[in-house]
Amino acid sequence: MNGIHDMGAMDGFGRVEHGEPGESAAFHSEWEARAFALINSVLVRSGANVDEFRHAIERIPPARYLASGYYERWLHATETLLVEKGILSRPEIDARAGSEIAAIPAAHVAPAKPRAKNPRARFRAGRRVRARNINPAGHTRLPRYVRGKIGVIRHDWGIYIFPDTNAHHAGEARQHVYNVAFAARELFGPAAHPRDQIVIDLWEDYLEPAGSKPAARTAAKKTKKKPPIATRRKGSSQVRSHAR
Amino acid sequence: MPDDHQHDTGVRGPAARVKALEELLAEKGLVDSAQLDQITETYQHAVGPRAGARVVAKSWCDGEFRRRLIADAVAACAELGIAGPEGGHLVAVENTPRVHNLVVCTLCSCYPWPVLGLPPAWYKSFAYRSRAVSDPRGVMREFGLVISDAVEVRVWDSSAEQRYIVIPERPRGTESMTEAELAEIVTRDSMIGVAKIAGLAKRIAS
Repeated sequence: MNGIHDMGAMDGFGRVEHGEPGESAAFHSEWEARAFALINSVLVRSGANVDEFRHAIERIPPARYLASGYYERWLHATETLLVEKGILSRPEIDARAGSEIAAIPAAHVAPAKPRAKNPRARFRAGRRVRARNINPAGHTRLPRYVRGKIGVIRHDWGIYIFPDTNAHHAGEARQHVYNVAFAARELFGPAAHPRDQIVIDLWEDYLEPAGSKPAARTAAKKTKKKPPIATRRKGSSQVRSHAR
Repeated sequence: MPDDHQHDTGVRGPAARVKALEELLAEKGLVDSAQLDQITETYQHAVGPRAGARVVAKSWCDGEFRRRLIADAVAACAELGIAGPEGGHLVAVENTPRVHNLVVCTLCSCYPWPVLGLPPAWYKSFAYRSRAVSDPRGVMREFGLVISDAVEVRVWDSSAEQRYIVIPERPRGTESMTEAELAEIVTRDSMIGVAKIAGLAKRIAS
């Protein structure tokens, strides 16, 4: 989902405040330490997976996300999952805590449909690829700032569970994850430093071949050349927009 | 800000909610308070950037180890007994005279716990998460680090399972130092990439 958590390349948060006393402490209060331990201990036992947990954090409404600290967001997400899984009820927690917290909106029910049909690597190191311009309604680890941009595969990390489906318990859809380098100028335009690169790890479903031609021409040609894939993508995006 | 240190019944804020969750889950036999004590103890005292500093110092002193570390950081760290959650897909990236590395997680705050501990407050800040990719040189300047235009800045956004540790350059004037002494001068910030390690001469002067 295009949530507030996807912060890469946003402006407006000001300078990075650092060097404050206590910034290196693992926790800034007792409850943070307790929350960290509790969450690490109960999540797996509750039947949740890490992708689902991340998505529960992403589902926190933006204003509340921004107003909450890191471990408060963990806590909101954990309460949400425990309630959704029927392990605890919200009135039960509210009564015991002596406070009430608004529920986090439910997860979208139409997760991504995996494209990768088998775990054979589609790309090799050195290959130019484009991060697909997709906007999944559910969980994704494809940040907005790379979508539609062209990069180069540096390395194939091997096969990993696909978060976009796993977060919704819609299968593991195991596929290759690639280390992809994007020129800062490709992402942020001519004002970016000519030497700089941003390197990011992307699942195969997030990528498509970019060929060696200029971006716009390659995209136009590809659509003409491979109608079956385009049709399939169109189909799945309709499912998603319907779910929205 | 709620007062996090209150423990009386009826307290509002996250402290009360954590306490409520722990009680309710313990009553259902889903958490064990002694185990929670152990986890907090581990992350408050046992896990931290000293582990990463040992790895870096060893890589400076032992070329063979350095090669193994770059090729497979998980295996190389295991040689030193360093492993754990968020360390199963560790990757070491080295600074050179031509490349300076910087690590961020724009989507949440992924961080290599076994080598660096839990992240400092600024690493989790919205300011760092947002600008480390689009203005890395500006962010580093805010930490007092100016990277030459002749050097490539390579930002690693930890979006998947891989977790990154930067191997900073060994400062000049440290040739006579032992591995243990070197480990003392390796800072956490240098292993994230927002700092370099001051040379020995500068150290003595300051």
